[in-house]
Amino acid sequence: MEENVVLTARGISMTFPGVKALDNVDFTLRKGEIHALMGENGAGKSTLIKCLTGINDFEAGEIRVEGVDGPVKNRSTKDAQNIGISTVYQEVNLCPNLSVAENLFIGREPLTKLHTIDRKSYNKRSMKIMEDLGISVDVTQNLENYSLAIQQMVAIARAVDMDCKVLILDEPTSSLDDEEVEKLFSLMRKLKEKGVGIIFVTHFLEQVYAVCDRITVLRNGAFVGEFPIAELPRVKLVAAMMGKDLDDLAEIQKEQKDYSKEPMEIEAKGLSHAGTIKPFDLNIHKGEVVGIGGLLGSGRSELARCIYGADKAQTGTLAVAGQQVKINQPIDAMNKGMGMLPDDRKAEGIIADLSVRENIILALQAKRGMFKQLSRAQQEEIADRYIDLVKIKTASKDTLIKQLSGGNQQKVILARWLATDPDFLILDEPTRGIDVGTKSEIQKLIVKLAGEGKSVLFISSEIEEMLRTCNRMVIMRDGQKVGEIDHDLSQEGVMKAIAGGES
Amino acid sequence: MSTWKKIKSWPLLLPVVALILVMAVNIIHDAATGVNPLSFFSISLRETTTNGTILYGRLIDVINRGSEIAILAIGMTLVVSASAGTDISVGSVMSLCASAMCVTLAGYGVSSTTTLAKPLVIGLLAAILMGIVCGAFNGTLVAHLSIQPMVATLILYSAARAIGLLLCNDLIVYVRNPSFAFIGSFLGPIPTPIVITAICIAIVSVVLKKTALGMYIQSVGINARASRIAGLNSKLLIFLAYTLCGVFASIAGIVASSRITSADSNNIGLYLEMDAILSVALGGNSLGGGKFNLAGSIIGAYTIQAITTTLYALGVSSIQAPVYKAVIVIIIVVIEAPPFKAFLKRHSAAFASKGV
Repeated sequence: MEENVVLTARGISMTFPGVKALDNVDFTLRKGEIHALMGENGAGKSTLIKCLTGINDFEAGEIRVEGVDGPVKNRSTKDAQNIGISTVYQEVNLCPNLSVAENLFIGREPLTKLHTIDRKSYNKRSMKIMEDLGISVDVTQNLENYSLAIQQMVAIARAVDMDCKVLILDEPTSSLDDEEVEKLFSLMRKLKEKGVGIIFVTHFLEQVYAVCDRITVLRNGAFVGEFPIAELPRVKLVAAMMGKDLDDLAEIQKEQKDYSKEPMEIEAKGLSHAGTIKPFDLNIHKGEVVGIGGLLGSGRSELARCIYGADKAQTGTLAVAGQQVKINQPIDAMNKGMGMLPDDRKAEGIIADLSVRENIILALQAKRGMFKQLSRAQQEEIADRYIDLVKIKTASKDTLIKQLSGGNQQKVILARWLATDPDFLILDEPTRGIDVGTKSEIQKLIVKLAGEGKSVLFISSEIEEMLRTCNRMVIMRDGQKVGEIDHDLSQEGVMKAIAGGES
Repeated sequence: MSTWKKIKSWPLLLPVVALILVMAVNIIHDAATGVNPLSFFSISLRETTTNGTILYGRLIDVINRGSEIAILAIGMTLVVSASAGTDISVGSVMSLCASAMCVTLAGYGVSSTTTLAKPLVIGLLAAILMGIVCGAFNGTLVAHLSIQPMVATLILYSAARAIGLLLCNDLIVYVRNPSFAFIGSFLGPIPTPIVITAICIAIVSVVLKKTALGMYIQSVGINARASRIAGLNSKLLIFLAYTLCGVFASIAGIVASSRITSADSNNIGLYLEMDAILSVALGGNSLGGGKFNLAGSIIGAYTIQAITTTLYALGVSSIQAPVYKAVIVIIIVVIEAPPFKAFLKRHSAAFASKGV
């Protein structure tokens, strides 16, 4: 093994039924480096990581780890941990109702002579670990009392304390805000100094350039190349991931026109839901794309959910296309021509064990009612049409949706709503955790829908994305609608509005 | 795809194999004792003094006696799929429905009658209505009050038999009327319970095929929140599953009661809830909810009955039978367990690579 190298994977290949997930992929991780693993959805990043951690059983190739003789084949994540490979996922896999210290030592508690758990010593050791990593927490508090970012850091601390040589961070920043991301980065840099090799998987390009030393790019399960960060500027990275030069996102052109003359699609007056969103008014015209800006937890999703009836509005009135409506639950909203793509894809979007076809037709079928079942032929025709339209990568329409990559799952949910032909579509973070190519496709689709006279309420954490597609933006702060910006949509203007105050 | 692969990916493979295994025990036993090895499958016509010419044979007996479990398994499958929980009250509800029916037919306080106080149809409706009420009660607790299914149905599990006794004024009500006894005896040469079960299965199959109910229930069982956002009324569907389960429990109760022409509150449907749950599991369905396979559950139901009948045929006393039954169930459940399947797959792969 070369010097300074902690992990090598050579010629890894793996097939899923009908799909070549990895084809002869190489990967090299050096000591004390942060190595980004990049690729579009379905490029094989997660598959490769699962091969390293023993979740996937690869067919060909070999993995070597420093300090272990001969090729390594992990059978479980436990095996992987034993030879120093730890993984921290986007969803924290710890126990929220146990204390930080308990979480750090779960499964390997220090024992007293009487073989009872030595609480004193593990609290002390936990404090030391957290101090060393520069995380200030009270280790005796329950984990659930801390933010997701801290929870993630605890997960990392646990991995590091278990003598890990290779730390895999799979989309750790997806649900963190900027400040939390910065905290995580400083922790990563600290670990780097300690000589830990870090594999970093993310969709945020700027984050790659903020912390990484090296990038390995995968495309369609194949190895594209390994590059030092300085040799791969952003545009080239995107080109490498997509396999073509980026047809510039700037080409997305929203129509510039005055929508105030258009008929009203949505007219909300004083809608609210106790504890999540204070009363708000909102008008959306036909063919208009309205964005909701605000920090995470400012009530962006809650506003949309309130209109859609996902959280039933407790006060106020709602008119759809000029008619007063009463919405008690989502199906009522759907019958008035609404659709909503929720932000939490796993919890509220996909029906994991159903096929792509069933997931696509689900909302349309729900709208038709139980007794008017779409025939198998109709279902297949609809599924085929939308798989084609939104370019879903799937082995077949009867593949279970859980076997698709995140971005393709998102496209299936999008297809589900397009199939109902809605007049008003709410898209809550449709591009989260999705690669650049798909992002631009979704943005183009939004503009196209608006062109067809449909209204869209678009929520995204990425302001640029909304600036590109929205005609007007609603600004949220602390569960309240604080303003609207309908001209001079600029990043600076929106940021200022979100921040509020005089600054 | 090769035929072998097709067979391997057939979802009913294991339930069917389990059923065949149980039958094989019969064949081996018969062969060993010098009887015609296929006597298990032999069906003959036999003259009886009470019912005229009837079909006779061990297979017929299994299908006949398995009727109640099969009917219960239909409802249980829906409940398990929609709510990831089990309805443990079905056995007791069967008994309560039987009591409601017999009291309606005999009149309150009458312990034995040969003439019906009300038309038979009214009695049947009383049973089914009672089933709907019980199912709706369970459904309300689970769907609307979010009580864990096991706890919610524990209430009727323990109370329903007692309520039945109250209805019957603490008596075992006998309804010795031929039109009532018909349900538990013979329709021409065929046992009536078989016909009733077949009708139930047929109706449910048609409903599942022609409406979107199956997909709705599975969708809710897999992810209730996502289903709601997609426009399904998750609570209503769970409620509906429990109510249907109550209806099927009442039908099973009618059959069981008619067999003994009485409402024996303490014995009708005793332990059948466990058999119904086991049928669902043997059918290859996950008790964690979601996807379901009704045919699997029904095969599971008859497998359980076949085990019982086989043990009696082998001369195992009814007191010891549960022990043997447990052993067989363990074997079947282990064969169907995912880790065991994975183990087999790994080893067959290793074997294949060595073979090359």
